[in-house]
Amino acid sequence: MAILEVNNIEKHFGNTKVLKNVSFSLEEGSALAIIGSSGSGKTTLLRCLNFLETPNGGSIRVKGETLFDAAQKNSRKDKDLRTKRLHFGMVFQSFNLFPQYTALENVTIAGKLLARERDDYKLNKKSILEEIENHGRELLIQMGLEERMEHYPHQLSGGQQQRVAIARALALEPDILCFDEPTSALDPELTGEVLKVIRGLAQRKTTMIIVTHEMAFARDVADRIIFMDDGLIVEQGDPHQVIDNPREERTKRFLERYTQG
Amino acid sequence: MFWEVTQTLLGGLWTTFKIFGLTLVFSLPLGLILSFGSMSRFKPLKALIQVIVWIIRGTPLMLQLLVIFYGPGMLLDKNIWSGNEAGRITATVVAFSINYACYFSVIFRGGIEGIPAGQKEAGEVLGMTKSQIFFRITLLQMVKRVVPPMSNEIITLVKDTSLARTIAAYELTFQGYSFMKSAGLVWPLFYTGVFYLAFVGILTLLFNFIERKLGYFK
Repeated sequence: MAILEVNNIEKHFGNTKVLKNVSFSLEEGSALAIIGSSGSGKTTLLRCLNFLETPNGGSIRVKGETLFDAAQKNSRKDKDLRTKRLHFGMVFQSFNLFPQYTALENVTIAGKLLARERDDYKLNKKSILEEIENHGRELLIQMGLEERMEHYPHQLSGGQQQRVAIARALALEPDILCFDEPTSALDPELTGEVLKVIRGLAQRKTTMIIVTHEMAFARDVADRIIFMDDGLIVEQGDPHQVIDNPREERTKRFLERYTQG
Repeated sequence: MFWEVTQTLLGGLWTTFKIFGLTLVFSLPLGLILSFGSMSRFKPLKALIQVIVWIIRGTPLMLQLLVIFYGPGMLLDKNIWSGNEAGRITATVVAFSINYACYFSVIFRGGIEGIPAGQKEAGEVLGMTKSQIFFRITLLQMVKRVVPPMSNEIITLVKDTSLARTIAAYELTFQGYSFMKSAGLVWPLFYTGVFYLAFVGILTLLFNFIERKLGYFK
């Protein structure tokens, strides 16, 4: 069974329809890449999944549980929303690290705050916090940032910052990790290190949705590709089909621009 | 005579300091509350606060002080401030707190709105509560942004305390002036400048220290 089922998502800002009837599903342990030109609705789709935007129509189910259904009255309570959000992790284009915290603190802060809600927090406070710290360190080591744990974001390169952001998203062990153009804000020579990390996650069967402009990377890493244009899913399928043998005219035109550029 | 004057002025400085300190204690949190109100999505509240800020920033502080001090007596036919020195200081602190809260609220709003939306969103997707996002993420970044404009306002406050002289609170300028009336001396009034300078000098050092302390992040 699919870990994520997105059905008929609609989103409009005023009169502009940004997402039109978007439906797709995602298998556990697979990587999905969403490609398309700017303004095609890719980022809005990710933001809907993370509850940063509320869709105007459709439903979102994770592991069979309905997280959002426009036809039903959804709980708008902060607590419920927070629990739902934790199914998803989000890596932003502009990293959005917290500047006043070190790399390690960035990775551990949310976990530490969430741990306070555990029933045994008072009893085992020390060991719980220690466990979170250790997990955070492991993640940063895994990201190749062993030497940078105590650095503040402004002391890190863009590529390093984005790797911290990936560790931060992984720290809460989300079911699905979302990347919103993770390399678009980086200098070309720094994209490689971030893509390498994402590739590593894919090899370890992390369930991921990656919005990206890196076509070669998408073809390499993704198990499935979705091409979006003007708020619609125009074409989806496995990478070789969508990127190498696109059926739709719009997909062909989009890819031509990329291979030429 | 010099020592006598110095002693009297030090007494005045203490009153000045009390007005200054108490005004900050009340106006800083009140300013933060007003800044939240001015960013509220609830339109009537936002409008109300905009009107209040307009009135307070649009009229002289001295006038506000007089209205706060004499107004209740005229309306209620009794002086709520009690006739003594403490009552006059209280009235001053009330008027100043309202006035400064309005100025602070604008600075705070600028500080909060200047923080990229991505900071809040990052907190949200990490499952933080609204108050956690404010206290753990937004607040310190806002403080860092508002230190320079706030230091301006706070330094202005030191000198605005001299307005309390108009309702006969025995602050520094009142005491300096008193020698003109009692002994025909002008220099004690000029001498008060030294005290203000020292006060502001210490504050400046303090603000520099805070700026340096917050310089560890960008």
